[in-house]
Amino acid sequence: MAEATAPKPSSSVKLVLLGEAAVGKSSLVLRFVNNDFQENKEPTIGAAFLTQKCNLPTRTIKFEIWDTAGQERFASLAPMYYRNAQSALVVYDLTKPTSLVKAKHWVAELQRQASPGIVIALVGNKLDLTNESASSSNNLGDDSEGDATEGEADDGDARKVSTAEAKSYAEEEGLLFFETSAKNGTNVSEVFTAIANAIPETSLKGARGPGATQAASRTEDQSRVNLTGPRDSAAKDTCAC
Amino acid sequence: MGRTSGQGSLSPDAHAQHNTGIQPAETANQENGASAMSLDNQKDGASNRSQDDTEDDKQDGKIQVGDGPKERDSQKDQLETGIERPQDKQEARMDEAGPETQNVDIEEGTETQDSGLEERPPLPPRPSLLQNAEQPFATHSTSKRPGLASKPTTALSSVDIQTLSFPDGSRGTFSTPAHRTVSDSLSVSGLSTGQSTPHRKVSQNGSEFDDNTSLRSYAPTLRANGDLASLLDEGLNSQSPAWKLLSTQSESVNPFESVDYENISLINFGQEFDQIEAVGAQEGNEEEVLSQWKAKLKHYLILSSAGKPIYSRHGDQNLINGYIGIIQTIISFYEEAKDPLLGFTAGGTRFVISTDGPLYFVAISRLGESDSQLRTQLEALYMQILSTLTLPTLTQLFKNRPNTDLSRPLEGTETLLSSLADTFTKGSASALLSALECLKIRKSQRHLINNTLLKTRTDKLLYGLIVAGGRLVSVVRPKRHSLHPSDLQLIFNMLFEAGSVKAGGGENWIPVCLPGFNNKGYLYMYVSFINAHDDVNTSGERPSTASRGREDEIAILLISADKESFFELKQMRDDVVEQLEQNGSMSLIKAAVRQGRPKASEIVPGTILRHFLYKSRSNVQFMMPSFSPHFETLIAKRRLMSLYHNLHASTHAKHSHVKVLHCVSRDSVSLAWTTPLFEFYCVAGPNASRAALAQGANQVIQWVKREEERVFIIGGAVF
Repeated sequence: MAEATAPKPSSSVKLVLLGEAAVGKSSLVLRFVNNDFQENKEPTIGAAFLTQKCNLPTRTIKFEIWDTAGQERFASLAPMYYRNAQSALVVYDLTKPTSLVKAKHWVAELQRQASPGIVIALVGNKLDLTNESASSSNNLGDDSEGDATEGEADDGDARKVSTAEAKSYAEEEGLLFFETSAKNGTNVSEVFTAIANAIPETSLKGARGPGATQAASRTEDQSRVNLTGPRDSAAKDTCAC
Repeated sequence: MGRTSGQGSLSPDAHAQHNTGIQPAETANQENGASAMSLDNQKDGASNRSQDDTEDDKQDGKIQVGDGPKERDSQKDQLETGIERPQDKQEARMDEAGPETQNVDIEEGTETQDSGLEERPPLPPRPSLLQNAEQPFATHSTSKRPGLASKPTTALSSVDIQTLSFPDGSRGTFSTPAHRTVSDSLSVSGLSTGQSTPHRKVSQNGSEFDDNTSLRSYAPTLRANGDLASLLDEGLNSQSPAWKLLSTQSESVNPFESVDYENISLINFGQEFDQIEAVGAQEGNEEEVLSQWKAKLKHYLILSSAGKPIYSRHGDQNLINGYIGIIQTIISFYEEAKDPLLGFTAGGTRFVISTDGPLYFVAISRLGESDSQLRTQLEALYMQILSTLTLPTLTQLFKNRPNTDLSRPLEGTETLLSSLADTFTKGSASALLSALECLKIRKSQRHLINNTLLKTRTDKLLYGLIVAGGRLVSVVRPKRHSLHPSDLQLIFNMLFEAGSVKAGGGENWIPVCLPGFNNKGYLYMYVSFINAHDDVNTSGERPSTASRGREDEIAILLISADKESFFELKQMRDDVVEQLEQNGSMSLIKAAVRQGRPKASEIVPGTILRHFLYKSRSNVQFMMPSFSPHFETLIAKRRLMSLYHNLHASTHAKHSHVKVLHCVSRDSVSLAWTTPLFEFYCVAGPNASRAALAQGANQVIQWVKREEERVFIIGGAVF
């Protein structure tokens, strides 16, 4: 099987997750990579690096994911992670309006500082909290987006950010937009598949076409080249030893 | 005379058992009644009832003998009357086995029987002593006193009689096996019930020991020469048959088997780590929440000098704000007086305060730790804060705005602080001893692992560590830098206790300040976990995130000063793992991890020791056996740790020169032994004899000496 699909090109895509603390970035990744969920997950410290393959009809994308910590004090480290990233997941908590504000800041920063062609997806997480009664009575997954829109009208709904508001913002800025639930898996793989599809073929071919099999080491080379370059000014945080 | 028989009827069993065939003078009979009774007590574990009875007897005795010769108040008189026969006896005993204390103590059963068999003159009263001694042994003294004619008075006046000086300059504190009958009073030296500093503990003991020592006299011990170990070993061969019988029956009793007695303080320990509901989560739950909060045995509060709450282990802001205000007022009051408040006691609760720059740390404990132990814990919390923020950042924050709310910059580290706090509350040998534990593997194997790390090292590497379940396997470091145990404590806490890193899965890149190394800046730590039970999954793919025991996690930590070196270190990690797989070290490590710590009985077969701690001072490392089978539950572990904390406090108290401490309590016997080379603490069941305990200790220490290069990392690999 693997031999048969060998011609199918495989390429690495660097992806970074950004967003306020406790919006569910790690949970999204955990769902995507391990199809697992943990209640009351403890906050990420620093950043975690994970990989996961995503099979598309025409090619295989290997995501190299930087799951960053959302706390304010780690913000200064973010450039290290989104530099050279071909894609970014900016996550907010759709029960918490301030997290969307923070997400907008991240989007602006990415558009300003990250590589020009970066694919950004805006993701509203914790869809499961919006209409719990509805989602438990309905089938999960297939029409949950419909549920969510209905749920907005619900009285016991924890949703504070309307789909329309976030969606219009995403369209304005040219972002992919999803509402997800890492808890019950709604829309999670869709987000990553959409990103994989949105990565322009050219950027893949151009950057990594020839060395697709050695993509990992190439990423490493790339980042190393950049390390010694312009980032030195930002290295003032490093240990004084 | 009528009284005597009345007294006899109070303890008919005792008479029947021990006084058969005795036709003593009336007073002698009474005496034997009491002593036989105390023997009885030793058997049934000193029930309060029989103690009371015995005390009644003494009262009776006092009154009765008081009717005798009127002018016999002075001790001199007593001694003169009683002097003849017991002196003979003393000599006889010296012929047999030498006059070590142990002999005196242990033989007392036979001794009193002997004294009953021979007719002996009525003994005069000793009112002052009898009043002092609320022990059934009071009466024994009369049989021994004469041999030590001049001692009792000195003993009475000396406060610290329990601390004995030996010719080699060392000193030791002893209690005797006979103490067991009155172990309720000994709970102070065993599992402390209250809050007290070590100094106070010792003096508390002192007063109790005074009573006994003056009566029982330790004088023979004072002339002992030879080293302490041999001193403790003596008496092995000289136990009376009766005592031996008793011991063989009861030596198998394990520590803390009778949980009901002294354990009141730990009754809610099971709920200690439960989360408290938020105030207002439901209407009118404030009282309940408050009582939950107050039921916690241990609290840690961190606040800024301006009174802003920063962290509390239990309770949310609404709940603790009031208390933060109070404690801030109290601390500030003393700060202004330039007389910083260090701690205070309220009821059974000890408050210890430590001030670090703009931060106040408060530990509130009902678990009986000493001030300095609590202070060490607070220091660790401070280190955790520094580790998050670095000292310059912290100083800067408060310099700019003294009113800074630090809980925001520290956001997300509550779990680290809490897991650290819970580690202390559960009791951690590593924290207590400020030492590290290593995975036991062969020296050559460790050498191979070290070399693998050295061989694959990249230029960016500062420290490289392999850690298995919180135990160090291997460490490589630059020649000019060593690793500080307190830094490793923070790292291990983050990786193995808090679970934030592990739960995230994958590989981690963590900025961390190691205050012991340099509190001014961050280092960057590459962390990747390998599951010891998962032999296939080592390719850097993320293992399953299902809950796994932290005991069997192997972590590879690579620390660099360069924040951009993640991929370099990742490459090194891949190389290390590959080579460890190739040369078989990885499976060795996994096997060692899976095996866990050896049980005490596996280390020294047949030992009476149930658990021990051995700290090598020069290596700043310690080793201990498995907690199973005797200390597996949370409470049993905590009691064990409390015991170790008390031993540690007593041997580390300022100005204390205690080198050997033998501690007897109702449900355990323990020993602390410190030398310049090591600190050793061990515990055995309540009926273990001191000699057997000492023998067990010696065996363990010999074992550690033999295995030193396996249980400890000596030297380590430098580059």
